[in-house]
Amino acid sequence: MLFQQLINGLTLGSTYALTAVGYSMVFGILGLVNFSHGSVYTVGAFLTLIFFTALKFNFFVSFLLSIILTGLLGILIDRISLYPLRKRNAPKVTSLISTIGVSIFLQNLIMITWGSETKKFPLVINRGSINLFGANISTLQIMIFSMCIVLMVSLNIMIQKTRVGKAMRATAQNSKAAMLMGININAIIMITFFMGSSLASVAGTMVGMYYQTIDPYIGYMAGLKAFAAAVLGGIGVLPGAIVGGLSIGVIEAIAAGYLNAGYRDAIAFAVLVLMLIVKPSGLLGKQASKKV
Amino acid sequence: MHKLQIQGLTKRFGGLTAVNNIDLHMDDNEIIGLIGPNGAGKTTLFNMITGMYIPTSGKLFYQGQDITGIKPYKITDIGIARTFQNIRLFLMMTVLENVLIGLHTRTNTNLFDAITKNKRYRNEEKTSHKRAIEILEMVGLKERKDEYSKNLSYGEQRKLEIARAMASNPGILLLDEPAAGMNDNETAELTRFIKTLKNFGLTVLLIEHDMRLVMNICERIYVFDHGSKIAEGSPKEIQKNQQVIEAYLGKGA
Amino acid sequence: MIILFISFMTLIPFLGFSPYIMRIMILSGIYIILALSLNLLTGFTGIVCLGHAAFYGIGAYTSALLAIHFDLSFVFTAIAGGVVAAFFGLLLGLPTLRLNGTYLSMVTLGFCEIVRLVGLNWMSLTRGPMGLTGIPFPKILGWVIDRDAEYFYLVLILIIMTWVILNNLIQSRAGIALIAIREDEVAAEAMGINILKYKVLAFAISAFFAGIAGSFYAHYASFINPQSFTFDESIQILSMVILGGMGSNLGVALGAIVLVSVPEMLRGLQEYRMLIYGAVLVIMMLTRPQGILGNPKALKIPRNN
Repeated sequence: MLFQQLINGLTLGSTYALTAVGYSMVFGILGLVNFSHGSVYTVGAFLTLIFFTALKFNFFVSFLLSIILTGLLGILIDRISLYPLRKRNAPKVTSLISTIGVSIFLQNLIMITWGSETKKFPLVINRGSINLFGANISTLQIMIFSMCIVLMVSLNIMIQKTRVGKAMRATAQNSKAAMLMGININAIIMITFFMGSSLASVAGTMVGMYYQTIDPYIGYMAGLKAFAAAVLGGIGVLPGAIVGGLSIGVIEAIAAGYLNAGYRDAIAFAVLVLMLIVKPSGLLGKQASKKV
Repeated sequence: MHKLQIQGLTKRFGGLTAVNNIDLHMDDNEIIGLIGPNGAGKTTLFNMITGMYIPTSGKLFYQGQDITGIKPYKITDIGIARTFQNIRLFLMMTVLENVLIGLHTRTNTNLFDAITKNKRYRNEEKTSHKRAIEILEMVGLKERKDEYSKNLSYGEQRKLEIARAMASNPGILLLDEPAAGMNDNETAELTRFIKTLKNFGLTVLLIEHDMRLVMNICERIYVFDHGSKIAEGSPKEIQKNQQVIEAYLGKGA
Repeated sequence: MIILFISFMTLIPFLGFSPYIMRIMILSGIYIILALSLNLLTGFTGIVCLGHAAFYGIGAYTSALLAIHFDLSFVFTAIAGGVVAAFFGLLLGLPTLRLNGTYLSMVTLGFCEIVRLVGLNWMSLTRGPMGLTGIPFPKILGWVIDRDAEYFYLVLILIIMTWVILNNLIQSRAGIALIAIREDEVAAEAMGINILKYKVLAFAISAFFAGIAGSFYAHYASFINPQSFTFDESIQILSMVILGGMGSNLGVALGAIVLVSVPEMLRGLQEYRMLIYGAVLVIMMLTRPQGILGNPKALKIPRNN
């Protein structure tokens, strides 16, 4: 029973991790919490569904299209709602409100275009399952988990090894200095938004498949939990997103067995608050020292 | 008993020793200079005196009272005020408001007084306003009192920062490179101004790179290099000290 | 000028507005109190609070429960609502010892969600999603408030009290200390300001007035459930402050009126209402980031470290 919950927790946790990357990378580079990320996640899930069911594309084509379009949406969000504010050095809180405006806009756009009722997400992957130590593990779970891990690990390698990755890290450390070294900051920010958003689309689609339903509100809780995951692992630190996402997923799944089910959603927030009070830099983050 | 006494003060950041076993003392109404190359640990010492850094070891005494490890806001209350190397004014507040903040530790109306605007509150407001104007007059910024402090010139901002620190009526005033970025005229004016501070009975500890200013107004000078004190004495003695010359100009000079 | 304004306000119930318009005005009044209280924390102290709805809700529930179970006077239940909210504000203010900026905002967000989820699940106290019904009319010294005009006067009195108290506070020594903390914490502490004490104070006072607003809302609506006090609600209040102009009390009051009335005016557009609302928020931020009445010069200049 405990093992089963662990498996369920890891499955969901890996999608939190994917979503957390978007928060973490944007925070790393812009020092900003992008509140539209949850809605982007919803858009991703809906795009896959629309291409697949309404337009009758092949599932993998639909998925790929959704990943690309959602990534572009991320860039668009930055160009429209954040870039102009960045250019005039407006206070961070205005950017925050701006992303909240985008979030409200997107969520309502989804509701208007596709209706606010819950939609069925068709079974794409055969739900065969294997039995391991008395726990039932579906192929879908294995697929979600391994796909998330593969994506996260390749992203990490990209950030560590490639030129673009190095430029991203340099920008996160000190954007002014990076710019002086000839790094095109705007291009880096665009890539960041593209990657974060497309990964959110992957996560949204996966969760849609997992529960076989989606509605316009799925991104709200998923976004907040992913954010909690990003903070838990250490915001701005990529391996932190994996650790944070999986931990939140597992803690939630296990605690849900002991607590009133209604409190399930509160767990992520309790973890968030506790972590911030005990060690704001997160599990894998370095404590920043105060400069006088 | 010295006004300020520092015993064996050390600050390490990880493996780096920023300040190493410093002894220093100041007496009433002295103007003391603190010089040395960049990275010698002068500002770190300031940060320890004002409670912003907690010393790794060593002790600080103000008028005989142990003040080691006391919180910065309490240090100001006890009687040590400072300025910052990279001016830290409240830019979106007026010149007058900046000085009023400096009076924070010398005023004491509580929330109830403030909300009801009672007599006690109105009296205190009147006296602190008067006092703030007096201080601005001393530094020559009275005419600029309603200007946002970010609109002041660089030299004026330096002066306002000193005025703000003076408002807390400090026993010791710590000035961190007050002449940095000033032209010759401004520096000369600042030199005169710091001399008048002595007439107001203030005790001043001063970090400065402008040698003319330091030699001109300081009674005693401490020289730091790589976190350690390498010399102390009168301006004349320091100018002749071989170790100091080496530290500044390199060996063989 | 002020007297003229207040006497004009007292005339409003006699001008024969429809109950619908009266309702919007009363709701605006509640949000003015909320926006003013948040302005102390966000506009003046510089703490971006994403959980103000939690204090609003705590005040509403405290006051409603006291009125339902003990039939107490509104004066008492409202103050109790404020005090309990202030207590939680104090509690939430304590982590500021270690946290700054975005991280602190996130704690307030987490706190807001936790409060809402507790409200949803503590069935024996809050009746969960069913909410509290039949909250009695406000009673003040035996006088029962049950007409729109009376509610209007009550909220007007509460606004004036909030305004005067917060305004006096901001002009005082404590008020400048809060602004100094917003401008530069290190310098503020070097000037002898006890940062922790003042931040906690700002949290508590801000929460107190939000609690009072909640208490009024509970008795006015006579029904509350946790859905009224969500993260979205917190964002709504914060938007009022930013839109009106952080640090300007007149501005945030205006922001409250605008953000309550605009969605009402857009009601004919039905489902497009919130879509437009989201777009308006973005456009406002892009065109006037300092808010309606904020001083364009008052945007904080980033400090080069």
